[in-house]
Amino acid sequence: MELTVRIKKKLRNFTLAADFSVKDEVFALLGASGCGKSMTLKCIAGIETPDSGSIVLNGRVLYDSDKKINLSPQKRRVGYLFQNYALFPNMTIRENIRFAAGGTAAQKDEKVQANLERFSLLELADAYPAELSGGQQQRAAFARILASDAELLLLDEPFSALDSYLKWQLELELGKVLPSYEGTALLVSHDRGEVYRLADTVAVINQGKMEKVHEKKELFQKPGTLAAALLTGCKNVSAASRLDAHHVRAEDWQFDLLAGDVAEDIKYVGIRAHFLEFRRQPGENTIPIDIVKVIEDTFSMLVMVRKAGSDGKAIRCELPKKEWQQLKDATELYLYFPPEKIMVLQQ
Amino acid sequence: MELSPLVITLETAGAATVVTFFAGIGLAWMVVRMNRLKGLADAIITLPMVLPPTVVGFFLLLLLGKRSVLGKFLLQWDVSLVFTWKAAVIAAIVVSLPLMYRTARGAFEQLDPNILYAARTLGASEWRIFWHILLPNARSGILAGLVLSFTRALGEFGATIMFAGNIPGKTQTMSTAIYAAVQANDYALAFDWAMVIVFFSLFFVVLMNWWIARSGKGGCLWN
Repeated sequence: MELTVRIKKKLRNFTLAADFSVKDEVFALLGASGCGKSMTLKCIAGIETPDSGSIVLNGRVLYDSDKKINLSPQKRRVGYLFQNYALFPNMTIRENIRFAAGGTAAQKDEKVQANLERFSLLELADAYPAELSGGQQQRAAFARILASDAELLLLDEPFSALDSYLKWQLELELGKVLPSYEGTALLVSHDRGEVYRLADTVAVINQGKMEKVHEKKELFQKPGTLAAALLTGCKNVSAASRLDAHHVRAEDWQFDLLAGDVAEDIKYVGIRAHFLEFRRQPGENTIPIDIVKVIEDTFSMLVMVRKAGSDGKAIRCELPKKEWQQLKDATELYLYFPPEKIMVLQQ
Repeated sequence: MELSPLVITLETAGAATVVTFFAGIGLAWMVVRMNRLKGLADAIITLPMVLPPTVVGFFLLLLLGKRSVLGKFLLQWDVSLVFTWKAAVIAAIVVSLPLMYRTARGAFEQLDPNILYAARTLGASEWRIFWHILLPNARSGILAGLVLSFTRALGEFGATIMFAGNIPGKTQTMSTAIYAAVQANDYALAFDWAMVIVFFSLFFVVLMNWWIARSGKGGCLWN
């Protein structure tokens, strides 16, 4: 299972440029809404046409602007899971699945039955989509795609419309679907957790531009760019300038820090809220702080702080409630920035 | 009371609606999928709805009359349209088509495009999508268009009298019969025909509302 995409398409505010290949893995495009990630999927499925480039699936050319090839969506054999599932409202679940199945009448019946069973939809087979819950609709949409001859699975923000419990259930469900595609799927999402749990490889799309392709753990540890840091959930970023090979000036926060290796082209520094540590004494990479605001979250405390006596940008720290209990009455507080956790970011 | 205006009206409106129904849906589907010249195409199809019917009838005379190129061509085959039953049907088609077209187009445009995209990625031909997805899901809009264009054809007057005339027993419909009756000072007859038209129009609109309400969810009309 191999997909190679190299396309350009001019959109209203920016030009989408996607360049990647996927082989036997779950590949995620992570981006804010309206960044062009869904458009990339639509181009692969043939719903939209790129301006130039090529798309090749398992050696089959789906699109090639030089060779003037542009297969219709019908001929591409690409399964597309829409965000709203796009079940046909005038058909029962059974009819929806049968609509996608090919072959003789007997083969169709067999595919319908097999997929109804596989997704525990037997009892709902004769219900209409409007009578199903979001999760059931998604199972039906999966069943419908699997009954077709799709060679590739495209998932367009599959879980974003669901509550967190259901989301988890359906992420497990996806595990049943992937083996049919030799584990290959293309996932589009703005949810870092979803991407981390489901994908092997991640590419960040920012304003239509695809940034470097990362192995997922690497992306979360060293996002490399501001957009990637924010999309992977980093809450604290500051504009920064390089002082020397190991020191940066965090301009928004108004202090200097020791970091790992500081690249020449550094524009920002970032640190995840839960890597910050409170201290009672000064020390290396430790800044005296004022508390700006304390917010109680479900299982942790969010403490907004800034450098003592400054009007710097507030920094968000996250710590277990118990730890905060011990700290909250201290007269002087300091914040330690572990140098190995500081992310050096480019534009 | 001579019943021929009723028969002629129902026949004309019925025949016109059959053509309007298919042509209106076809044009709507065509215009929805157009990229360029969409606005112009829409305006041309809608024009008969906003023009005075007499203007529509006048143009039909110019276009298909015996002195026109098309009329002369048809005469070679011994076909003459002006002041015939066929002319009444053509007039009714032209004025009712915009109603069918616009309601069908509105219904198509309200469909979730993802449903059509999904059908395409699942390998369904455009023809299959049209019959099994598009029409059934645009059902209520299409039913509304059907009834609106039929009732419009039932009451057609201006274009008919210009192009088909008002020949009793041949092209005289209920609405032209009312006009003739009033001119002959026969108000009783005019009133009777007026009531018949009101009755039919009311009946079909009520039927439409009931039909749409019934076919709201999952109900099956086409499949």
